[in-house]
Amino acid sequence: MKQNILTGVLLAVIALLVALPWFAPYFYIFVFTEILILGLFAVSFNLIFGFTGMLSFGHAAYFGMGAYTTAMLLLHLDWPLLYTLVAAMALSGLLALVIGFFCVRLSEVYFAMLTLAFGMMVFTIAHSWRDVTNGSDGIAGFRISEFGLGLDLVMGNPAVYYHVTLAIVVIAALVLYVISRSSFGLILKAIRQNPERVAFCGLNVRSYRLASFVIAGIFAGLAGALMAPFLRVASPELMHWSLSAEPVLMSILGGTGYFMGPFVGAALFVLLETWITSYTGAWMLFLGIVLALMVMFFRKGVLGTFLDWWMNKND
Amino acid sequence: MTDPILKISNLTKRFGGNTAVSAINLEVMPRETIAIIGPNGAGKTTFYNMVSGRMTPSNGSVELEGKDITGLPPHKISRMGVSRSFQLNNIFPEMTVQENVEVALTALHGHSRRLFNFASRNRAVQEEARQLLDKLHILDLASRRAEVISYGDKRLLEIAVVLATRPHLVLLDEPTAGMTPDETRRTTALIRQLAETGDYTFLITEHDMDVVFGLADRILVMHRGENLFFGTPEEVKNHPEVRRAYLGEDEEEEASA
Amino acid sequence: MSGLGPALLNSLEMGLLLFVIAVGLNIVFGVLNIINFAHGALYMLGAYFGYTLISILGLPFWIALLTAPLGVAIIAVLIDRLMLRFIYDRDIADSLLLTFAIMLIISESVRSIYGSNIQAVYPPAILDGTVSLLGSPYPIYSLFVIAMGLIILAGLWYLFNRTRVGKIMRAAALDRDMAEALCINTRMVVTGVFAFGAWLAGVGGVIAAPMRTIDPGMGEKIIIESFIIVVIGGLGSFPGALIGALILGAIYGFGGRYFPEFNLLLPFLGMALVLLFKPTGIMGKGANA
Repeated sequence: MKQNILTGVLLAVIALLVALPWFAPYFYIFVFTEILILGLFAVSFNLIFGFTGMLSFGHAAYFGMGAYTTAMLLLHLDWPLLYTLVAAMALSGLLALVIGFFCVRLSEVYFAMLTLAFGMMVFTIAHSWRDVTNGSDGIAGFRISEFGLGLDLVMGNPAVYYHVTLAIVVIAALVLYVISRSSFGLILKAIRQNPERVAFCGLNVRSYRLASFVIAGIFAGLAGALMAPFLRVASPELMHWSLSAEPVLMSILGGTGYFMGPFVGAALFVLLETWITSYTGAWMLFLGIVLALMVMFFRKGVLGTFLDWWMNKND
Repeated sequence: MTDPILKISNLTKRFGGNTAVSAINLEVMPRETIAIIGPNGAGKTTFYNMVSGRMTPSNGSVELEGKDITGLPPHKISRMGVSRSFQLNNIFPEMTVQENVEVALTALHGHSRRLFNFASRNRAVQEEARQLLDKLHILDLASRRAEVISYGDKRLLEIAVVLATRPHLVLLDEPTAGMTPDETRRTTALIRQLAETGDYTFLITEHDMDVVFGLADRILVMHRGENLFFGTPEEVKNHPEVRRAYLGEDEEEEASA
Repeated sequence: MSGLGPALLNSLEMGLLLFVIAVGLNIVFGVLNIINFAHGALYMLGAYFGYTLISILGLPFWIALLTAPLGVAIIAVLIDRLMLRFIYDRDIADSLLLTFAIMLIISESVRSIYGSNIQAVYPPAILDGTVSLLGSPYPIYSLFVIAMGLIILAGLWYLFNRTRVGKIMRAAALDRDMAEALCINTRMVVTGVFAFGAWLAGVGGVIAAPMRTIDPGMGEKIIIESFIIVVIGGLGSFPGALIGALILGAIYGFGGRYFPEFNLLLPFLGMALVLLFKPTGIMGKGANA
């Protein structure tokens, strides 16, 4: 019963999002495009944090990899957008495979340090390999001529790109949701709660950790690939550790225990950012304070706290 | 004469200068129940850790059904038919009781590589999990979260998870520790029933001598990492050195243990 | 090979500075089982406190060297008492998250107070200038850094091997259960060790101020370097921190000379190599998941 109510709420939210350009002010089309992209980024992060139990501080590396892939393919080869997205997912997944190989071998503490260190390595490369990445200016000046599959894409109207983003994010989120509820997803949850018992059930915990890390990388890459045309630039900031902090905060803000938590967190995050930055430039400082308070006193997040209360009510 | 299911030769574990397990030799026949007794610190858990792959031996070898498994990682040893429980409960606390067993079954049937199904609709696994819970008399707890059930029921749940991997060799580390006398009686009966009706070989460490003598076909007495004595329960009861070292006839040993 | 001497001295200078910082991270991890992501931010705080005292208030360098690290240690006591105490008995992920948040708070506070520009601190007159060493001119300040590094190294060695407090800390790092059995994980020890780690970071910050640039990004740079050091040397190991720091110093000193185009990448490659062949670090014990 309650499950049906939740599904209904979710469908209503998606319907509202589809209709958004017809009733919301122009400005909010940009805000919600960003929420959708960062929401996907955060959900991909939470697959490894909330489900497999690995805290990554370098998730922006795959996000940035996706952004650079799309930007460069659009700039140099003029590919249709859809093809660049697929290529971005493939390359981000590959990067996650290489880095993940080193990171999943050791304990949680090592994992956190290594993901941050390798993330900054990727940032350093993007920042200093000027011939390819154009240094701190990043890749800009690309244009999108078509979506692929014979569909045109008019970038002049932000509502069009918003709808493209919405469609892709909904599909990607569905895929991630199914994975999280699959037999594989059950094993990931088991690994977070007790990796030793999973090993004594006959599974190689390391390969399941790596598999989830790569899947998370692939979808972070997709989010990044959607971000580059939205920002019209792929720059090293998209790989910086402060961007890796964003999905961490979004997941904590919304709640790591529920699949939709990071999406709720992303919405709160972007709306807060929009609001706060109109008053002060110290947004990142605010971000740090909120993260600290959430971790200390409100660990289940907004959605998590609400759903835990609501699901247990009158049961 | 059948071949032993488990053949342990000269098994040794050293930590720095300390020898926790020293040159243990042991042959276990299929469907036997072996109890391992000895004071705390005798090296029983370290012995288990080496057999189950949690620790690499410093010396010696472990053979399972004629195959050398010395130093293999736990997941490989598990797949070859060895499963174990731990002294402290080792379950998935945030899952339901039934899901705990489903994890092991998902691994067993190779479903763990399925990314695009719904685990909650895996009827075959669910049915099998419920049968197993029924066998351990905890089916009525199936939908409870594992962390909220009683201590004794958690111990039973862990045995259910252990059995779900369909092991030939089962290592139980103090299965009745912390249980009420009633729970201990029920668990002992349950293990005896499993040993008599199923295709299991049990290794059981235990402090409760009623449980030990009620279950064991043979008993290994360990003392300071060494094999003090290995024989039938009758022999153990009558062995003077064992009585002195472990069965409560040496005040000094008890105090230092 | 006339460049060999200066490269060696540069390596030693960088290595010893990095040691002072990384060993603080390692001590805190050893005793508290926390990887302090804000450790680099505390080092930066030391540098900015030094900058404030020396370049803005015009106080002598030596006063700053004595007081700025104490200021950092006081901040650390506040962090410990007001924030970390809530999560000591929680899952390790929470301590990672919280110190990460503290890193954000400190670095962004510094950015909004001092701005993003690069600041400079000049060494005191007595340490200014160069001397001829091994046939090349060499800054006196660099020799001072090497000397300070060696003094701190000797001091830490004395602390861990010859004093009761140090032996307790070492015991706690080796075996936390035993430490708890000896009742040494009391509130005072936890706070004290955390503050001591921060003090070391602060000392590193003041020493680094005249030789490295001061900007709000310096904390993140050093925390990455510290992570590389503990991964190379072995997490929680005191000699490991020294070996790791000297290796990283050598990578900078020699790599910068012979492979300047890969200079930024070499530390990461070194770390990856160690991870491939000795995942727990050169001096590390078992840390497998």
